[in-house]
Amino acid sequence: MSITYLDAIREAQDRALKDDPRVFIYGQDVGAFGGAFKATKNLAAKYPGRVIDAPISEDAMVGAAIGAAIEGMRPIIEMQFADFSTVGFNQMVNHAATLYWRTGVPCPITIRLPSGGTSGGGPFHSQSLETIYAHFPGIVVMTPATVEDAYGMLLSAVAIDDPVIFCEHKYLYYHLKASSLPTESLPIGKARIARQGRDLTVVTYSAMVHECLAAAEVARDEGYEVEIVDLRTIKPLDTDTVVASVARTGRLLCVGEAWPWGGVSAEVIARVTAEAFDLLDAPPQRLNAKDTPVPYHPNLWAAHRPTAQSVAQSMLRLLRL
Amino acid sequence: MLPTAVSNDPLAGVAEFRDQFIRAYRFMLHARLLDERLASLYRSGKIFGGVFLGRGQEALSAGLGVCLRQGDVFAPLIRDAAGRLAFGEHMIDSIRTYLGSPLGPMRSRDGNVHRGRPKEGLLPMISHLGAMISVVNGMLMARRMQKRLGTSVGAACLGEGGTSTGAFHEALNQAGVERLPLVMVIANNQYAYSTPTNRQFACDNLVERAAGYGFDGHTVDGTDLGECLETLQKAVDNARSGRGPQMIVAPLLRLCGHGEHDDSSYIDPRLKQSELGRDCLEIAEQRLVAEGWLSGEEIGRSRSELLAAIDETISTVQRESAPNASAESWQALSTVSLRDMSSGTEMA
Repeated sequence: MSITYLDAIREAQDRALKDDPRVFIYGQDVGAFGGAFKATKNLAAKYPGRVIDAPISEDAMVGAAIGAAIEGMRPIIEMQFADFSTVGFNQMVNHAATLYWRTGVPCPITIRLPSGGTSGGGPFHSQSLETIYAHFPGIVVMTPATVEDAYGMLLSAVAIDDPVIFCEHKYLYYHLKASSLPTESLPIGKARIARQGRDLTVVTYSAMVHECLAAAEVARDEGYEVEIVDLRTIKPLDTDTVVASVARTGRLLCVGEAWPWGGVSAEVIARVTAEAFDLLDAPPQRLNAKDTPVPYHPNLWAAHRPTAQSVAQSMLRLLRL
Repeated sequence: MLPTAVSNDPLAGVAEFRDQFIRAYRFMLHARLLDERLASLYRSGKIFGGVFLGRGQEALSAGLGVCLRQGDVFAPLIRDAAGRLAFGEHMIDSIRTYLGSPLGPMRSRDGNVHRGRPKEGLLPMISHLGAMISVVNGMLMARRMQKRLGTSVGAACLGEGGTSTGAFHEALNQAGVERLPLVMVIANNQYAYSTPTNRQFACDNLVERAAGYGFDGHTVDGTDLGECLETLQKAVDNARSGRGPQMIVAPLLRLCGHGEHDDSSYIDPRLKQSELGRDCLEIAEQRLVAEGWLSGEEIGRSRSELLAAIDETISTVQRESAPNASAESWQALSTVSLRDMSSGTEMA
């Protein structure tokens, strides 16, 4: 049996609906159609009245989820693309994120953001927006990189009593496969060592984990062993695991598909520099997407975001410093 | 000006209507007096942020509040002190929130009109206009899924300025699609802060929008408590009985600034002299006396009793301790284990 990252997301939602009558799904085309990516395929028929088509109203979708959460439900909101979540931004960052702190009433909502670039996606179907949500207090931001985490972390997201922004990567939907669904997973908030190494720590998350793993093989051919830390959640950020890895390697490269300014890579470097400056043998480096909108043509897109090739170049440059 | 003659009003003389009118009037008076005391505290520098009064909107607000009942959902806006009191909010919640007391429902973390008790159906507004409506929708949708909606309704208040937001449009369309028992009350108080209606919308009457969302539309003179009660009760009853969402548009005039920091010098004096500029509280009092429902003495006594209660509550709250920053949990998440341990907030 082979299970894709997308299957895992669908299976996690199926299980959440099955196990907990408080769970429902609300989003555009999620009902009989099964969602733009089929992440809710067959769920509307299986759980009548609980997988609900929404009008094209991201603000009202999230607003309704907050109201439902106040009444004891655990809504899952599917944004059709992460890019469209900005229409619901106000309800997410100003309402959902502040509710518990202001009133003491928790806001257990999960908002799924099909994120990141695919070839031909263009400026408005490719964005990686984890950073802007992580900026706001009161939100948990998950960025699963594996089939196992897509499943386990989505179930955790629904179980958590706080708003969770679940950034699932569209590039991984069909490419990534596992033989079975996991029965257990690392705790939320804990990073994972995706590859062990002694010469360089690469901190990354989501689809970039796989580009970095491929790049590490290039570095191995050059005689270096690269350690790769998969953050899994970017908020909370597991600084301890990162610093422990830097203590082993003395070098740090952060890789993200999002834009560079004030992003996750900047945050990781700021923390390591502040907390573990004396562990560093070279200046920490980062590699992000270029500071332009995401381009449409595959040639431009491949050059816009980090790839195994550009990550390998960054690794080798830093290793030779 | 005297109210409509008794014989022209089919509801006048009905004891039930009289009792509802008197109840609503008392909440109007209470809110007006509370507002005035808060304004005076503001002028003496006792309030940290702004103060926002409901002067001129009490008839509409109290009218809605008395038509709602326990178990309904209510999302008031900034000028709804009267409706809040009628819905059951105790005035100490208002005073504690204005004065920033840690014993208030917002525990010093949020202030003035941003207060509520979500689990009791009273939603604490955020400042972004139109944002509360879809939250009311979600509460009603959840109750329907949980099969406990019953005859409960949700009411949301907004000014005419808030109707220009995308959130308003999305939420009304959503309520129409879901055919929710939503009662949308729009106080057209002629100015959104300083912006007049001709810079806010282009239709003759905002109620024209009701049809586009699949709502029943009602227009009512927001300065007349009797008319407000009649129209709001009808709209709330419609929603309760499954006739879908309702929109009420009430023209009136804000008889104060946007907040107490605002001298409202931009308000057209001709509007103040028009029917819109009538004081709903005075009109209600005139009717009470004319109908023989309350005497001038009884009104005066109510006023004194309410003032004494307000002053006593303010004194109580002023004796309460201020919040202690070092005792704050500084936890934005309810899940303590997921707190992000950033190094930038305090020195280790």
